Order: sequence, then C-alpha cells, then structure tokens
Amino acid sequence: MSRSASNKVVSARDGESFYRHRLPVRLPHWINALCILFLLGSGLNIFNAHPRLYWGQYGADADKSFFSIEAVDRGSQTYGVTQIGPWHVNTTGVLGWSQERGDYVGRGWPDWLTIPSFQDLADARHWHFFFAWLLALNGLAYLGWSLFSRHLQKDIVPTADDIRAIPRSLIDHVKLKHPTGETAKRYNPLQRLAYLGVIVLISLMVATGLTMSPGFDTVCPWLLDLFGGRQSARSIHFISASLIVLFVAIHLIEVVVAGPINEVRSMLTGRYVVPKERRE
Amino acid sequence: MTTLRNVTRRAAILAGFGGAGALLWNVNNLTLSPSFSRVFLAVEDWTRISQRALLSAGQLAREYSPADISPVFKPNGTFNPGGEEYNTHVAQNFVNWRLKIDGLVSRPMSLSVAELRRLPSRTQITKHDCVEGWTAIGMWTGVQLGLLLKSVGLAPSARYAVFHCADNLSGEPAKGGEQSPGQYYESVDLIDAFHPQTLIAYDLNGKPLGVPNGAPLRLRVERQLGYKHAKYLQRIEIVESLRNIGGGYGGYWEDRGYEWYAGI
Repeated sequence: MSRSASNKVVSARDGESFYRHRLPVRLPHWINALCILFLLGSGLNIFNAHPRLYWGQYGADADKSFFSIEAVDRGSQTYGVTQIGPWHVNTTGVLGWSQERGDYVGRGWPDWLTIPSFQDLADARHWHFFFAWLLALNGLAYLGWSLFSRHLQKDIVPTADDIRAIPRSLIDHVKLKHPTGETAKRYNPLQRLAYLGVIVLISLMVATGLTMSPGFDTVCPWLLDLFGGRQSARSIHFISASLIVLFVAIHLIEVVVAGPINEVRSMLTGRYVVPKERRE
Repeated sequence: MTTLRNVTRRAAILAGFGGAGALLWNVNNLTLSPSFSRVFLAVEDWTRISQRALLSAGQLAREYSPADISPVFKPNGTFNPGGEEYNTHVAQNFVNWRLKIDGLVSRPMSLSVAELRRLPSRTQITKHDCVEGWTAIGMWTGVQLGLLLKSVGLAPSARYAVFHCADNLSGEPAKGGEQSPGQYYESVDLIDAFHPQTLIAYDLNGKPLGVPNGAPLRLRVERQLGYKHAKYLQRIEIVESLRNIGGGYGGYWEDRGYEWYAGI
C-alpha cells in the first residue's frame, strides 16, 4: 500500500466500495455532533448572563474585558455594541440589542442562536450539563477505543510523510481537488490535522469547563495554573468553542465538495465508494 | 439487497435523526416540561455524587495571595435590603443585630456581631465564582460554621443548615412560573457546613462587610457558586428536610430552577 499522498498509482477499482468507518467511529461521531449543537446553543445562552470575557484569575464589571457584547444607551437610543480589544462595533439587531418575541431586549447573542431561545441561565445550564456529561463520556469511550485499536495512531496522527505533504495537500484543498483511488482510502494530511485538532479542542473544552467549577478546582487546583486562572479558562472555553464552529463549517463544506451522498452514507453505514481517478 | 439487518439499521438511523430534530424543534417546551426536569435533576445528582467522591478527603479550596485580590468585589443580587428595620441596624452600626441558631439543636443560641468577633476566627483569600460567569477574589474573615454548630449540639436527625436572610429579592418567578415569597434563603448539608473554609464572615478585605456585600454577616461556602453564599444572615436553622422551607428546593435560586448543589 502506498504511503505517499503524491503517489498516484491506482490499484483500487474505480467506484470500488469499501468499509471506511467502523461503528466505534460512526456512533461517537453522531453523538458528538448532537452534543456540540446543544452545547453551543446552551453555551451562548449561559454567556449572555455575563457577556464579557477577561484574562486572569478574576474578572467582573469593574475589571477590563477584552471581549464584550452589551447594550449601550446613547441618549434616547439603545445600541448593541460588540467590543473586541480596543475596537467597538455597532451590532444592533444581532448582538447586544436584538428582538426576542417581537420586542427589543438587551442580550448578548440573539434568540435564534441560543438554547433555549428565551434568556434563562438556569435552564441553559441544565441542557449544558446534560450534554457536557454525554460529550465527556462519549469522548472518553471514543479515545479509549481509538488508542486501544490504534485508530488514533494509524488513521489520525499525521505520519512524517503526511507532514511533508501538507503544502501539497493545502493546494489540493484550495483547488477543491480530492484524493482518488487508493489514496482516497486514507485520511489526507490536512484531514488528519483537522481531526486531531478537533480532538484537542474538545478536550480543551472539557478541561476549561471543569476549571470554571469551584468544586472541581478544589480537586485539581493545577488546572487554574494551567489555564492562568478561572477567567482565562472561561475565555479559552469560548475561543475553543469558536474554533470548533470554524472546524464544523469547513468540515461541512468539505463534505459537500467531496460528494455529500457518498460522505454522509459512509458515516452512516461505514461503506465508502472510492472516487474515480481524474486525469491529471 | 435488502436484509432485515439493513432495514433495522435504516430505522435506527431515521429514529436517531428524527429524535434529534424533534428535540431541537421543541427545545423551549421541553426545557420546562416535568419529565425533562427529572432528567436534569438526575444530572445534578450525578454531578454532586461525582464531585463529592472526588472531594471526600475534605480538600481546601485554593487560597490566594493579597496581590490577587480584585480591586472591586462585585456585589450582586440585593445591594441593600432597605426597610425600616434594616436601615435602623445600619444606622446603629449593627450593634443590635443577632444571629440565631436553632432548629434541631440541643442548645439554641443567639449571638451579636461583637460576640462573633470575640470567637476564634479564620481569614482566607478565595475566589468567588458567580453562576453568571464572573469571578472576584476577596479576603474573608469570620467564624467557622462548624465551630458554632459544635457548640449548639446537633440532634442525630440534623441534615441541613438553612440560612435565613434579611433581604427580599422578589421579582423572579419561582419554578413553574408562580410567584413565591422573595425572601432570600440558602442551605447546605453537613459536609459543607463542617468544612474548615465554611465561614460566617464579618470582614471583607480587612474591613467590616459593606451593605452591598451582605453586612453585617454573610456565609462563605468556598467550593460552591456565589448564590450559595447567603448575605444579611439573621438565622441558621438546622433541619432534617428542606421540603417545607420556602419553595421546597433549598434556596431562593433553587426555587427558581438553579441547582441546589452548585459545585459547577
């Protein structure tokens, strides 16, 4: 079997169907997708309870935020203002000041993005912790299986050849060119980096989430040192979530580009049809 | 070729996506439904049991150095209980304020702030994590609750310490939407009540507690979120069950859907 992404010798029959994703990959994938959807929605509702981010051990109203989404009164008008570092952007209608059940209200993220759509910290926390437990247990089961079966080491972690092939893989992705034949049977270099990256991000989400817990901080105070304080952990939680959104967006675009029916079917049934080789 | 296995798998996949879609579509209604409340209560139990297992050695919450103290300790909830009675106490510098300890105890007690200040004290610089997401670090001085509870003598049936406060924080509807009395109260079990860092605090950052932060007395329960740290303490009642107090869930915010165990 060829290990090089640039090797174009095709031994796979065009249109050959092969078993690409095993059940311990497919099932955690969909559970993960469901968890991330609900965790993002409920997380944004929780964020709205204090829509400011800080760096360091502490952070509250009197302290300097590096990111905030707030309603600001100017004369008789109210505006939604999003602050990123020194910049302030008017985001009225979407961020900071938007409509909920027909009336304008001060809320960080708008109702169409949050779970539940109405603003309620207690309810949002219920959904968040339900799916947080599911995400963590699902992730542990997946990681345990992946290490034991060597799926992580063989299929996800990039090989030295993969690292060398990153520039080539990058160009192929920009040109929307996807591997065919035998090379399509393995994850390409950028795919490996992306999947490894999202595993790291989800682990970071869990770790920073636990760092926000006063109970868990008492069990593992070193988490506070690792992330530079509870408020830094909260900010890293938010930044990691944003990067996961970026991953999901690119992931979905790639599914569409690579052939949505074949890709989605392979994650449902495991069977993947090798794309036919294109003429160079 | 369609086999029975394929049909079953197809049904399982469709059911999975249908279920997830239905869950998302009805999320607002499900949030408030009794069956989902039971699921969420089970999750809270699971969190509490896990954290309590990890904290079974009675670990102390991290204590910080004076350099880490927040310039402003953010007050939240009630900023001033007001009312003629409380205003009189403020005017008199709380000399007539009493903290009562009663319920399932052998020797009920009533202490003035001055009497509390004469008891052995503990000072700790800890972080205060609000459920909303912010953090403030402050230096607290007060009497260990465990010390007070030992001197009143708990009955064998005692299970919870309930903190009755002077502030009325009405306005937020209680669980199920009905308005409940807005008198603030809180409760902890005996594990947290006897934890060495659980204090009846009277000083913040070396000065008597200000009105916005709970003057003259507030609770510190360092391994839980801010709403557990009841302010304006008047009475500690030792009980066997929380059912007949307030809305029955063990605290003002608990009656409004928040977790009784606020370790996360």
